Amino acid sequence: MKPPRLTEKVPAARNPRMEQGLSRSISRAIGAAMLTGGVVTLGGCISVNAPDKPIVIELNINIKQEVIYRLAEDVKENIESNPEIF
Amino acid sequence: MMRIMGTTKGGRTAIAVAMALALGSIAAPSWAQRDPAYAAARAAGQIGEKTDGYLGIVSGGGNLRAMVDDLNIKRRANYTERARAQSATVEEYAFTQGCILISRTVPGEKYQAPNGTWQTRDASAPQRDSRCP
Repeated sequence: MKPPRLTEKVPAARNPRMEQGLSRSISRAIGAAMLTGGVVTLGGCISVNAPDKPIVIELNINIKQEVIYRLAEDVKENIESNPEIF
Repeated sequence: MMRIMGTTKGGRTAIAVAMALALGSIAAPSWAQRDPAYAAARAAGQIGEKTDGYLGIVSGGGNLRAMVDDLNIKRRANYTERARAQSATVEEYAFTQGCILISRTVPGEKYQAPNGTWQTRDASAPQRDSRCP
């Protein structure tokens, strides 16, 4: 028969109430931080309202007149060469 | 062809034929080869020339959408090829084509004004972008 050992491994002492308190205080701190952040964000808010008119993106604005003049002759010839699509 | 064309009888004939063809294609009105349905829809003002070089539907439905889409796809392919040869962007080429196509509309046909509205071409000059030649 094995004699019982004097010392045995025991888990570290725990206090469930303390642990609960700690996690609660952490979550409370996070909550507070979020709330503060939210308030700060609200303070710097830029309100964006949808326009009542449709958004038209003008893609032709970058086309230069000199390019148009350079292409004009080729474009005219193109109509003569491909009358079925124009 | 290595031989100078003008020096042979066959060459002369070839030149004459080529010139006749060239003259014929210039003399023929551009609407001569339009599909009849397309020509009819244009004349009726159901479709019009847009400022961007493509066709748009002004009114009406039915098969117009399919026809306009088909023509616009062909135009885009044509613009892409031509733009590359001219070292221009497809948008630049298409826009220039739009300028000329709007100027060549005939009274009764629809075109898009620079402000985006549809206009009916009359005897006066059409409203065009200030950059148009």
